[in-house]
Amino acid sequence: MSGNRVSYTLDSTLETVNSAEETAGRMAAEAGFDDEDVMKISMAVREAAVNAVMHGNAYSPGKKVTLAFERTARDLVITIRDQGTGLDASKIPDPLAPENLMKTSGRGIFLIRSFMDVVEIHPSQSGTELKMIKHVHGSAADSKEASQ
Amino acid sequence: MKSSTRQVDGVTIVDLSGRITLGEGSVVLRDSVRDLLSKGHKKILLNLGDVNYIDSSGIGELVSAFTTSKNQGGELKLLNLTKKVHDLLQITKLYTVFDVKDDEATAVKSFSK
Repeated sequence: MSGNRVSYTLDSTLETVNSAEETAGRMAAEAGFDDEDVMKISMAVREAAVNAVMHGNAYSPGKKVTLAFERTARDLVITIRDQGTGLDASKIPDPLAPENLMKTSGRGIFLIRSFMDVVEIHPSQSGTELKMIKHVHGSAADSKEASQ
Repeated sequence: MKSSTRQVDGVTIVDLSGRITLGEGSVVLRDSVRDLLSKGHKKILLNLGDVNYIDSSGIGELVSAFTTSKNQGGELKLLNLTKKVHDLLQITKLYTVFDVKDDEATAVKSFSK
């Protein structure tokens, strides 16, 4: 199934956040990740979906969230795109800085970076694309793929 | 998420179960703590033993509950963290901010008299 890609166009709602998380968990399990990595991947996607729905599209009924999964031989590549004004990653405060530690928000991107191997943020005037990559460690997934 | 409260030696223990996430879970936690504080219950022990998932919104809600309690002269402590919640508080550097306990009796005794 190398190179398989599937994408979803979703409304800017809380249901989308839950749906994105569940789909990511299923995709990660199918890709051969262990339970801990499945949790990390699904949580990273949940946080990305929250950003897209809440901060990017601001719950606008007219704006959509696009979520895509691509399974390559070595990676699970997840892309989530919103139709907001574009996220300036350089302006995201460090949530671990002492002055930010007790803030009640601002940890989403930090958690995504903690849980995924590669995180790229591509803002534009038509929205933000967040690309997340998790490498498939070990041979379980590759063995499964080779046997198909 | 479900929430229920009980009193033990002047400490209000809030037993939480389920997920503390953006939306319902965070609201349940927020309302529970605010309700307790408004009724004068200022020694609050959040039992997270059955909380199997928490997202950044839930983490923010825990911080808010801690700060709100402190600002109103109260104390809020955490009990029975699952590994997932423990790990999340570690990587966000909040584990040392919260007073975290793993035994209910010890936790109850630790509140100021």
